[in-house]
Amino acid sequence: METTFDFEKPIEDLLVQLEKVKQVAEKTKVDMSATVRELEAELEKTRNKVYTNLTGWQNVQMSRHPDRPQTLDYISLICEDFIELHGDRTVKDDKAIIGGFATIGGVSVMVIGHQKGKNTKERQFRNFGMANPEGYRKALRLMKLAEKFNKPVVTFIDTMGAYPGIEAEERGQGEAIARNLLEMSVLEVPIICVIIGEGASGGALGIGIGDKVYMLEHTWYSVISPESCSSILWRSWDYKEKAAECLKLTSENMFANGLIDGIIREPLGGAHQNPEETANTIKNQLLEDIAALRLKTTESLIAERIDKFCKMGVVVEG
Amino acid sequence: MAWFKRSKIGINTATENKKEAPDGLWKKCPSCKKPLLNSEQIENQYVCQYCNYHLRIGSAEYFSILFDNNSFKELFPNLTSGDPLNFEDTKKYTDRLEESYLKTGLKDAIRCGYGKIQGEDIVIACMDFAFIGGSMGSVVGEKIARSIDYCLEHKLPFLLISKSGGARMMEAAFSLMQMAKTSAKLALLSKAKIPYISYLTDPTTGGVTASYAMLGDINISEPGALIGFAGPRVIKETIKKDLPKGFQTAEFVLEHGFLDFIEDRRNMKNKIASFIRIVK
Ligand SMILES: [Zn+2]
Repeated sequence: METTFDFEKPIEDLLVQLEKVKQVAEKTKVDMSATVRELEAELEKTRNKVYTNLTGWQNVQMSRHPDRPQTLDYISLICEDFIELHGDRTVKDDKAIIGGFATIGGVSVMVIGHQKGKNTKERQFRNFGMANPEGYRKALRLMKLAEKFNKPVVTFIDTMGAYPGIEAEERGQGEAIARNLLEMSVLEVPIICVIIGEGASGGALGIGIGDKVYMLEHTWYSVISPESCSSILWRSWDYKEKAAECLKLTSENMFANGLIDGIIREPLGGAHQNPEETANTIKNQLLEDIAALRLKTTESLIAERIDKFCKMGVVVEG
Repeated sequence: MAWFKRSKIGINTATENKKEAPDGLWKKCPSCKKPLLNSEQIENQYVCQYCNYHLRIGSAEYFSILFDNNSFKELFPNLTSGDPLNFEDTKKYTDRLEESYLKTGLKDAIRCGYGKIQGEDIVIACMDFAFIGGSMGSVVGEKIARSIDYCLEHKLPFLLISKSGGARMMEAAFSLMQMAKTSAKLALLSKAKIPYISYLTDPTTGGVTASYAMLGDINISEPGALIGFAGPRVIKETIKKDLPKGFQTAEFVLEHGFLDFIEDRRNMKNKIASFIRIVK
């Protein structure tokens, strides 16, 4: 599937132009290599310009690109092996959150992540990556399993939010997320979280309490989606771009505000342009952090984790 | 997330419950529509004497009901919100805050106090819905965190009365992280084996439900309170079906196993004090 966003139009135009010139050169056998080089240089410049200055809303669009790699893609690109584990042992197996033991660069870890699905059928199967309480409870069960065997936890976050449904409320969506926040803050093994797409509110945070929390460059993370924010604060769906700016939800904003630990760079044009390269960057970051976090005592690991989140917030002392 | 949808009761709370209001003042019970004199409201702890409807009240009223002789030391009273994102929607966040200070006489959506409940020492934090819909921003998170630190330091049980539409959007991700912060502090309180009672009142939704409100050693509530994660409107729009009768009421939440009990407000103090005496 090829999706071009409005802001990618200048790149698209240049690509079309370049193709035409090449065709003409082919047909007429006239040497047009100077023009080609010029256009290619222009293309390179335009790409840099477009992708390094994305607005909040443009980053939201990038985070939802239909070809964007998802948790299962990263698992297959990063892990040497993966044993998927199912079920929360109470209600059912939630398909929106997956997890299991894996090996990354020879290191055993527990990997947990949202899975949105890529086509209509998959998306329905995965409930669009919107987990029910049993998804969060499965995640917690797996984290406790990791703790038992002293393995670090890696989470991949990519959700429009926890699912708002009748059964979700009956089975305690709020309690499930809350419990994860509490348990993750005192889990006795390192936790590394990576926002790989959308990081919407409690549904994202529910597997997002980490010693290290990263955002891929073109993702977003906030308390609400720009669309919902627009509908609530402006009482109209038309202010999503403005809402995206106001929420300061980009990786740059979040890092500048001290709410994440780092930004993982994507290939020019986004993770979907080169999933292997993106996966490799993530892998290197994970291995570096796991090695460093392993050196800490359990006590200082937990104390520092809690301390980090407790410092978040801006208040004025009267 | 529906803090903006203030009901009439929510809006009026600040003024209608002013202590100095003359005896002749009254309001209509939102449920049975009968007139309730101000003096009757105080006497009945803001529960309608005709139909038992529990009026929405704020921290001043809960403190007066729960603390012995309404005597307590307010903790961290002067914390106010910053505006880290320079947030402006149809209004500047700073203007919204100023208006709320004037309208409610409060400094943010929570107040904390240290006092006694039937002779037992306790810290109570109570949210105020009148202040921007009881929304949880940095001040709410910070005051809860500091209250828990206070409880840890002095070995005091903690009672938190929730009443909130959820996150404060004008603080965006800062607001989100208050969920992490309060839950992490509660983990420490739990490890120290200090009792934590979560008292959920009408309404408790969104990020508050998905953090401290659901993490009590016991979760308790009042009859008829709205308690949920997602707002009813959002659920209805998502599933495109009508919601069952009684959905997301305290009774529904109790039935599904997420509350320990529902008690009439007029007997809540007794029950809380008993619980503290038993577990201490
Ligand atoms: Zn009544």
